[in-house]
Amino acid sequence: MADPIIQMKEIQKHFGSVIALAGVSVDVFPGECHCLLGDNGAGKSTFIKTMSGVHKPTSGEIVFEGQPLDFADPRDAIAAGIATVHQHLAMIPLMSVSRNFFMGNEPVRKIAGLSFFDHDYANRVTMEEMRNMGINLRGPDQAVGTLSGGERQTVAIARAVHFGAKVLILDEPTSALGVRQTANVLATIDKVRKQGIAVVFITHNVRHAMAVGDRFTVLNRGQTLGTAVRGEITPEELQDMMAGGQEMVQLEGSLGGTV
Amino acid sequence: MADTTDERIKEISPLRRALIRPELGGMVGTVAVFTLFALFAFDSGMFNSQGVMNWSIVSAQFMIIAVGACLLMIAGEFDLSVGSMIGFAGMMIAVFGVVLAWPMWIAILITFVICCALGALNGWIVVRTGLPSFIVTLAFLFILRGFTIYIPQTVERKTIIGGIRDAAEGDWLAPIFGGKIGQPIFQWLGDMGVIGVFERGTRAGQPVVDGIPMLIVWAIALIIFGHILLTRTRFGNWIFAAGGDAEAARNSGVPVNKVKILMFMFTAFCATVFAVCQVMEFGSAGADRGLLKEFEAIIAVVIGGALLTGGYGSVIGAALGALIFGVVQQGLFFAGVESSLFRVFLGVILLFAVILNTYIRRIITGER
Ligand SMILES: Nc1ncnc2c1ncn2[C@@H]1O[C@H](COP(=O)(O)OP(=O)(O)OP(=O)(O)O)[C@@H](O)[C@H]1O
Ligand SMILES: [Mg+2]
Repeated sequence: MADPIIQMKEIQKHFGSVIALAGVSVDVFPGECHCLLGDNGAGKSTFIKTMSGVHKPTSGEIVFEGQPLDFADPRDAIAAGIATVHQHLAMIPLMSVSRNFFMGNEPVRKIAGLSFFDHDYANRVTMEEMRNMGINLRGPDQAVGTLSGGERQTVAIARAVHFGAKVLILDEPTSALGVRQTANVLATIDKVRKQGIAVVFITHNVRHAMAVGDRFTVLNRGQTLGTAVRGEITPEELQDMMAGGQEMVQLEGSLGGTV
Repeated sequence: MADTTDERIKEISPLRRALIRPELGGMVGTVAVFTLFALFAFDSGMFNSQGVMNWSIVSAQFMIIAVGACLLMIAGEFDLSVGSMIGFAGMMIAVFGVVLAWPMWIAILITFVICCALGALNGWIVVRTGLPSFIVTLAFLFILRGFTIYIPQTVERKTIIGGIRDAAEGDWLAPIFGGKIGQPIFQWLGDMGVIGVFERGTRAGQPVVDGIPMLIVWAIALIIFGHILLTRTRFGNWIFAAGGDAEAARNSGVPVNKVKILMFMFTAFCATVFAVCQVMEFGSAGADRGLLKEFEAIIAVVIGGALLTGGYGSVIGAALGALIFGVVQQGLFFAGVESSLFRVFLGVILLFAVILNTYIRRIITGER
């Protein structure tokens, strides 16, 4: 395999007295889909937020394309090629879909030496990209607030993909989605990965992870329980690791193996 | 799959589409106000050239501060220190230009620099501490007003400093705020009998309205600037984003803090423009100038369709709100209505505007 595009080394993150991450190390390679699994509060979102420049790690090192990196804010990470679709959406309900789509990356057109927001281009691209994702907008000026949760999620993913990231981070992108949209998102992940982009995919759903994942890292209470490679682990084992072993086995027994 | 229409999407009615434009309330209100006064106060002199100039000037004053307040409110913040800033800026000009007798253009430029820096300080404290701008700027409301009273009392032993017009005589920058443009056109209009001319006295033969005050030019220029900035530039998108959801905007790489601080500075800039025009017109600076202006600006912006919670609004709407404000205030005066009723009107219309805006917000965001 090639060199990892991003290496997270012994990342710790403390919020006051809360230790959200107690030294997590993960490597992500170009063209792989790296699934991050774990229970609620395991620290998954916190971990990817240190990757995308939202949080500064308390200690630990981030190496991006071989260079140690120190993101001051999300702009740096975006500029470096790390696009993130956050769990709590980075979408603004009062703004139109196309304004949201290009938020922070507005296309400009020069008129008489001054830069103006190129609304025509933004509207056209937004409509196209959304159609590719299987969502028909009423118009590019439709407010994001009128979209369903899944549709919003789709806009966010389409946006991240469109801006040609090297690393695409998706924090539980499928948790609010219906069957068709989930299939769409998983297909998109597959497509993106084949283009050589590294995908970090957070999910609670082992089936979704198994469908596209190349490697699986399980977090538990701020620590990694290890990384498994596709084919070397069964969905059941993964499920058990996520839930912390025995309890799940017991639960499964009492639920008649339906979980 | 990729058919272009979705059978589940109802064609939204043009009415509903129009409803979600932030300017709608302002437009309806403007038409209503003009219709009412045309019906009930047409003969009061409100619609002759002097009358029109009268309410235009008052409206332009409101517009200047409304543009700043509007962009700031869309960016998710308030500035309650606008009124005190107006008093303070006027006093600074008097202190530099009259007491210290510096050239007027230097006094004006330094005042702009000081006031924009104070705006930046307001903004910096708000973004650094995360305190509501309401509280931070309330503090500045008192701090600035206090200085505005203290300074003239200590240096001149009075609360009004005059002599600004004399000090501005022959200055190159002062006429940009206190001058008038278009005099030849108005003279010609007077000669043609379109507008009235003085019949007696030293100004006999001159038109009763002899030009457009720079105050109005500033108002129009600021409205055009604000509108284009908000709707046609990438910075405008950042303003909406910063006020819509600062966290989401930050995650998408919008420099939210910078946007907010710049908007506080712009609000201070607008307040200073107001103040300079005012001291040039009155020829003096008073410690009580600008009282309550912050609320009038905010009311104009809300009538213009902006949401108090940020992220939504329009500069054109705010300008129309200011126009309604000016026309009603002066119209009631022309119509001989007791002026205290203006406040009643203001309270009522504010309430209506806020209720309407909340309803519109629900339509846009699909909240229930
Ligand atoms: N800004 C913050 N301040 C304080 N504590 C925080 C903050 N962000 C996260 N935490 C804490 O860190 C821990 C990990 O949170 P995190 O959001 O990373 O979990 P998660 O694995 O993403 O969970 P979920 O599956 O529910 O999304 C939690 O205990 C949470 O309370
Ligand atoms: Mg999470």
